[in-house]
Amino acid sequence: MDSVSFEPSTSSEPPARTPLSATAETGLKIVVVGGFGVGKTTLVRSVSEIRPLNTEEVMTEAGVGIDRTAGLADKSTTTVAFDFGRISLSERTVLYLFGAPGQERFWFLWDRLFVGTLGAVVLVDTRRMSDCWYAIDRLEHHRTPFVVAVNRFEHDSNAFSLSEIRQALALPEHVPLIDCDARVRSSGKNVLITLVDHLYELAMAREMTP
Amino acid sequence: MSRRPVDTGDPDRLYTITGGRSEAPDDLDLVSLIVSECEPARGMQSEHVRILELCRRPAAVVEIAAELKLPVTVVRILVGDLLAMAKVTARHPRPASAAAALPESALLLEVLDGLRKL
Repeated sequence: MDSVSFEPSTSSEPPARTPLSATAETGLKIVVVGGFGVGKTTLVRSVSEIRPLNTEEVMTEAGVGIDRTAGLADKSTTTVAFDFGRISLSERTVLYLFGAPGQERFWFLWDRLFVGTLGAVVLVDTRRMSDCWYAIDRLEHHRTPFVVAVNRFEHDSNAFSLSEIRQALALPEHVPLIDCDARVRSSGKNVLITLVDHLYELAMAREMTP
Repeated sequence: MSRRPVDTGDPDRLYTITGGRSEAPDDLDLVSLIVSECEPARGMQSEHVRILELCRRPAAVVEIAAELKLPVTVVRILVGDLLAMAKVTARHPRPASAAAALPESALLLEVLDGLRKL
């Protein structure tokens, strides 16, 4: 079946695959959500130990809002592509970072693919803040803990302050909100640390409550 | 720029690869780590061969999907075949008991530690 055979990689590219440690046993997930072009893949790339890979999920779903008794004819196929990168945290633990679009159709996949995710990063472009309203709403609905990171583009002429952005997004005080530059590794790393710090505090608060 | 759309070809091809099945094993997560327990043998389906080759070292289901350029569900079905034949083993992530359940603080401290060392 030639359609499945590997495409020869161009010689200038580094080896596509860097294998995991043989002792790797626990995979963890963090999802980066945001609108088109906000820098999700850039953020994933800046912290990933592998070149971000792209894959997709195809699902057949009964047409929403269509009479189900109509049978197979109302089924439609939805394809959602997403990028991911990888960070080996230790010999045993490996963190996968997924960049996923925030559009409505993507959320069909949330329960199926991103169940058990540690938490999420909502990446915001201040020129298109409304792009992330839906994502924030869905994360709250799914009770997935998240932080919001504002990707400060060079020509961010609006330069809204974080408190203005918090207001615009109607973001509760307990949700961390930070600036970042998705292209810069240390900045991407700081976003992830902010998220996991937040998760840790939530876990501690939970463990203290009988 | 590594981003390239995954070309899965026509749905008929996917149907052929999975022998017409569309249900994948429930316990195979995107980040379940798959490890080969044997070498590919003659006569195996080419996708099974590729998976056994890729998983000589652990590889997550989603990595296999990206390498084989196949949708995640198709890969879960194929890995499920190999699991049923005991040709691979799976190291599952911590059980996602409840979607709202927070992972315990000890694991998160380990993650923080790993991130700070980056």
